[in-house]
Amino acid sequence: MHNVLIINQLFSLVMNSRLWYIPCLLLLAAPAVAQPAMQKKIQTDLIMVEDGATVDLPAGTFSLASSLSLQDKKNVTIRGAGVGKTVLSFKGQTEGAEGLRVTNGTNITIENMTLQDSKGDLIKTMNVDGITFRNLLVEWTGEPKTTNGSYGLYPVQCQNVQILSCTAVGASDAGIYVGQSRQIVVQHCTAWHNVAGIEIENSIGADVSENHAYENTGGILVFDLPDLVQKKGGQVRVFNNLVEHNNLDNFAPKGNIVARVPAGTGMMILATNDVEIFNNQIIDNKSLGTGIISYFITEEPIRDSLYNPYPTNIAIHDNTYSRLPGYPTRKGRMGLMFRFKLRFGKNVPDIIWDGITDDKAPAGQRTVCLKNNKNATFANIDAAHNFKAISRNAAPYTCDLPPVAGK
Amino acid sequence: MQTKKTLLLACCGLFLGIALLSMRHRPAPTAVPDRLSAYGFFAGNIADQRPAEGVVPYRLNTPLFSDYAEKLRFVKLPAGQVARYNATEVMDFPVGTTIIKTFYFPTDFRDATKGRRLMETRLLVRNEAGWKALEYVWNDDQTDAVLEVAGDRKTVAYTDAEGRKHEQEYVMPNLNQCKSCHNRNEVMTPIGPSARQLNGLLDYGQAAENQLTAWQKRGLLTDLPDLASVPRAPVWNDPTTGTLTDRARIWLDINCAHCHRPEGPAGTSGLNLSVHEKSPAALGILKTPVAAGRGSGNRRYDIVPGHPDQSILLYRLESTDPGVMMPEVSRKVTHREGVALVREWIQSLD
Repeated sequence: MHNVLIINQLFSLVMNSRLWYIPCLLLLAAPAVAQPAMQKKIQTDLIMVEDGATVDLPAGTFSLASSLSLQDKKNVTIRGAGVGKTVLSFKGQTEGAEGLRVTNGTNITIENMTLQDSKGDLIKTMNVDGITFRNLLVEWTGEPKTTNGSYGLYPVQCQNVQILSCTAVGASDAGIYVGQSRQIVVQHCTAWHNVAGIEIENSIGADVSENHAYENTGGILVFDLPDLVQKKGGQVRVFNNLVEHNNLDNFAPKGNIVARVPAGTGMMILATNDVEIFNNQIIDNKSLGTGIISYFITEEPIRDSLYNPYPTNIAIHDNTYSRLPGYPTRKGRMGLMFRFKLRFGKNVPDIIWDGITDDKAPAGQRTVCLKNNKNATFANIDAAHNFKAISRNAAPYTCDLPPVAGK
Repeated sequence: MQTKKTLLLACCGLFLGIALLSMRHRPAPTAVPDRLSAYGFFAGNIADQRPAEGVVPYRLNTPLFSDYAEKLRFVKLPAGQVARYNATEVMDFPVGTTIIKTFYFPTDFRDATKGRRLMETRLLVRNEAGWKALEYVWNDDQTDAVLEVAGDRKTVAYTDAEGRKHEQEYVMPNLNQCKSCHNRNEVMTPIGPSARQLNGLLDYGQAAENQLTAWQKRGLLTDLPDLASVPRAPVWNDPTTGTLTDRARIWLDINCAHCHRPEGPAGTSGLNLSVHEKSPAALGILKTPVAAGRGSGNRRYDIVPGHPDQSILLYRLESTDPGVMMPEVSRKVTHREGVALVREWIQSLD
């Protein structure tokens, strides 16, 4: 009651003075309020846009209550006025899991804007041939937290994926995540404060280069998982990246595979074939500068008979490692492994392989080849035999593999 | 100054004129009526939803949950055309078919005489190129429904079957959202009118008849085999129609499997909740999630036999958080009775 009186008095004061425009200004400056008219306008434009045309989003911060979607379009561009200029905020989202969802398209480009704080993923694209993300900032604002959405940029079952000059921040799974896709370029991107900075999963033909992944739990991950439609990933090149200080505590919700990634992971290759990692700078990641592991390390049962849980043909060459002496993570199953099985103390090797190999693999098949890595130390941790024969001798693994084609 | 202004105005006028003229000469796109009444699907007062000649009502044994909205379903086939029977999927309807579904809330679920509020009528129209979805939103006067490309939202109030009063936001889909469910391999597809869902009784006025035989008698359906060999979906909340497993599986099928099947939008998850799925892992039993994010609720597997409260599936069915809940669209409240059924089923697994 009292409040109402004060508001009434304020109202008459304002209206009787020449300050009547102040409430209008306040309204303009309050982006937290949902803007149903803007929601409807943008969504209608995305439905009605003709093939070949561009949907231009004006500068401004727009607060959206539902997912936006684009589908069944060819050669369409969604363009903002610039990062930080066009801001789509999903902080007050009440419907739909994604910020923006693009499905069943050809040659779609999304560029020059910021998307923030969706309940699920920020941009998910599915069944698109030719999807370009360019000059985007996708972020969950505030400190990294478990309640943040899963993926910043999430193309899945797409072909000809280009992710260029994008920044992803705060994802509780992966900032930039390419799943079950083909022909991929991730270049000049920045990822920080995510659980995984950049992740390529069950995807074929990828070049991940010139990116900066820092202060994530894990910098760059290349994974192959069971039970998926696209079974086998590979032909992935990771080069000229700066991967540093990825020591953030893992904040992924449990149950997700990335919840297993130990804090302090620079790069991790899980069960993938034909991966070439070269010319990267891998600096001060406290647990696994580069880890090469089989799916068995996850301790999950495998019931997918078509799934190959072993990594094969992983070439790691011409990278520069540096790591200040210090303990690896003490958290999670991996933390237990470091403390009670590996006992490296502060002298943690840069490159760690779980040593688990396929008995049925053809003779001469290589899991890991190392060469010309500056300043690198190595360990085969012999996980298959309860870590009995841990070896830090890299000599048996100094070899060459044919170059990977990449994209 | 004044002349400049006049000149400017004249120029603008000229451009406007040219623009209008060129619009007139553009071939008119196939007109989609902007009002539901224009189709003539209903006789008399359109709000009474009394089907006109040739418009056939139908029901499903176990329908999709839509925030407790009730639904009226109709199908209209082009004159002289028939649908072809399909044992496992939706009937093969001829070009020219329209499937009509009106969503409404009774004022009081215990007493139909207290009236109802029609919310929306969704159409699936089969033309040469395939199925196309259209969304008509009912006006507050209940005199007609208007085409809304971008959907709408309204607050709805009702008293439920237990006498509890509810006020909730009701969201009507934009045209893109239609395809987030009606999608098989990126082709728009109906979901409901399959043989097993239609295989049940409906009162056509004189007497209750099996819907499939009634359609056949009216010349709307061909190739119908002996009814004894037609699959029949149980009614999810009627234990006399099926076992606990069968009723839980059909509830999951109609609520989830339009996406969670290999050809559906959630095929990427590897979780297949169709009644046809036989592999326990694909059905979610001790299956780890793929891209669930915080939808996992810190649980490890989609379904943990005997432990509903350790199962991600149940966590997501119970949630109303848009980043967690399943289905992702078309739901703002929890289907309490449906969740209870799935809970009982998971509890019973070993």
